[in-house]
Amino acid sequence: MTTMHTWQSTEEVEAAIAKMADKLGSLLAARAIDRPLMVGIHSGGVWVAERLHHRLGLQEPLGQLDISFYRDDFTRIGTHPQVRPSDLPVPVDDRHIVLIDDVLQTGRTIRAALNVLFDYGRPASVVLAILACRDGRELPIEPNVVGLNAQLEPGEQIKLSGPDPLTLRRGRVDPDPTQSGGEHPEAD
Amino acid sequence: MDPRHLQLDDEGRLKHFLTIDGLDRALLTEILDRAEGFLGVARQAVKKVPLCRGKIIANVFFENSTRTRTTFELAAKRLSADVLNVNINTSATSKGETLLDTLRNLEAMHVDMFVVRHADSGAAQFIAEHAAPFVSVINAGDGSYAHPTQGMLDMFTIRRHKGRFEGLTAVIVGDILHSRVARSQIGALRTLGAAEVRVVGPRTLIPADAEEALGVRVFQDLREGLHEADVIILLRLQRERMNGAFLPSEHEFFHLFGLTEQRIDGAKPDAIVMHPGPINRGVEMESGIADGPRSVILEQVSNGLAVRMAVMSMCIGTQNLAMASASRSAQPDQDATADLLAEELERG
Repeated sequence: MTTMHTWQSTEEVEAAIAKMADKLGSLLAARAIDRPLMVGIHSGGVWVAERLHHRLGLQEPLGQLDISFYRDDFTRIGTHPQVRPSDLPVPVDDRHIVLIDDVLQTGRTIRAALNVLFDYGRPASVVLAILACRDGRELPIEPNVVGLNAQLEPGEQIKLSGPDPLTLRRGRVDPDPTQSGGEHPEAD
Repeated sequence: MDPRHLQLDDEGRLKHFLTIDGLDRALLTEILDRAEGFLGVARQAVKKVPLCRGKIIANVFFENSTRTRTTFELAAKRLSADVLNVNINTSATSKGETLLDTLRNLEAMHVDMFVVRHADSGAAQFIAEHAAPFVSVINAGDGSYAHPTQGMLDMFTIRRHKGRFEGLTAVIVGDILHSRVARSQIGALRTLGAAEVRVVGPRTLIPADAEEALGVRVFQDLREGLHEADVIILLRLQRERMNGAFLPSEHEFFHLFGLTEQRIDGAKPDAIVMHPGPINRGVEMESGIADGPRSVILEQVSNGLAVRMAVMSMCIGTQNLAMASASRSAQPDQDATADLLAEELERG
């Protein structure tokens, strides 16, 4: 049983992404990072990353990560069968990484994504940009760039639907232990 | 118990992998889809994922097989499991006793999964029936019954090349009678929807009731059998069969059933050639075919790793769910206590 309604319209989401691109651009300039590797977390993170990558005009191709094999709650929920192979188009060694995800809640997805990245090599640095940030952190992980902040009622979730157009929806989703999709409360 | 019911839990999730028989197309497709994801692990600098971290997987081989054992070992290690390799001589006393004793001993070491190879048909099923709760069994080949991971890695290889099973004509050449590989391949091909499965070989090496029992078309002439084929699977001719009444000689087999450039002409131009290995060059096929552009034999080996990772992680995942639900029902008040605690915290 799902009762989700639109929280941020397509225009609002695109405006938030534009704002993120500005902040991210200034951050990269301040740190003198000129060829970062942008990596989106499958699937919502990739949709946001595609737009940021385009707005910032980055030279390196966009990378994507599927963190299903690294989730710490795999033992409880099993993985989703259609795991997209992670694709990092250039070596991550000594590279500045910009990691993108759609929603940040517990921080467990980001923990898993960092593990995947480090299994590919040793990045010089990792910057985290999140479209929608909410409460519920279970790990000491905070983003460098945030598009929107959500104040949610207990039990409420937010979810990005896409890839085109992008809208953010909020509401209650009954937890289904067999689903490992984005709406599961264990997931971000 | 029927192995077909033994290997699934109440929700239809895989908990043992003993045979292809009785598994539906959705489940076989799920195995192939999961394996697809594991191919990417080979591209990582650290070729490991933590899915089976903390689990102990025992390779229990009552029959020698270095290649199969090493791919299972590597698959388990890539899933971050701890691996035990146990080689047991089959010639030991009464087999039922030996099997159960071995099982109990390993269970005492808290093994989570047994990968079993045995010369007797039904051995893996026997172990699965007697295994402790939450312990999975994977059949790595038993007698002439089944070798389901080999069957699935072949399906994975076919799907990667052909993209589908519908409309495909697959031909299996060689000793069908004694081949657990052929039985698993035929079952998988039919379940996944191949248009036609043919078997080609000497009459002595094809089960008399193959057409009805296996649902295949039987050919004794290789050229006829290969006509318009999409997939050609050659089976290894076991030399031990050569001495009996089954076959006069290797030479004769090659003369009639060996795959040559000339004979492959009748197959589709993009037909692929597969072999579970190890190849007897000049017996099942000419060397040129094995090393030629249609051969996908080495790919089968790398694909085997991904498919075995998929099956192992699925079984371990199912057992984890079963363990979690068992511990939940053992402590029914846990959730209620948590709710009370949360309420109290809110009240401050």
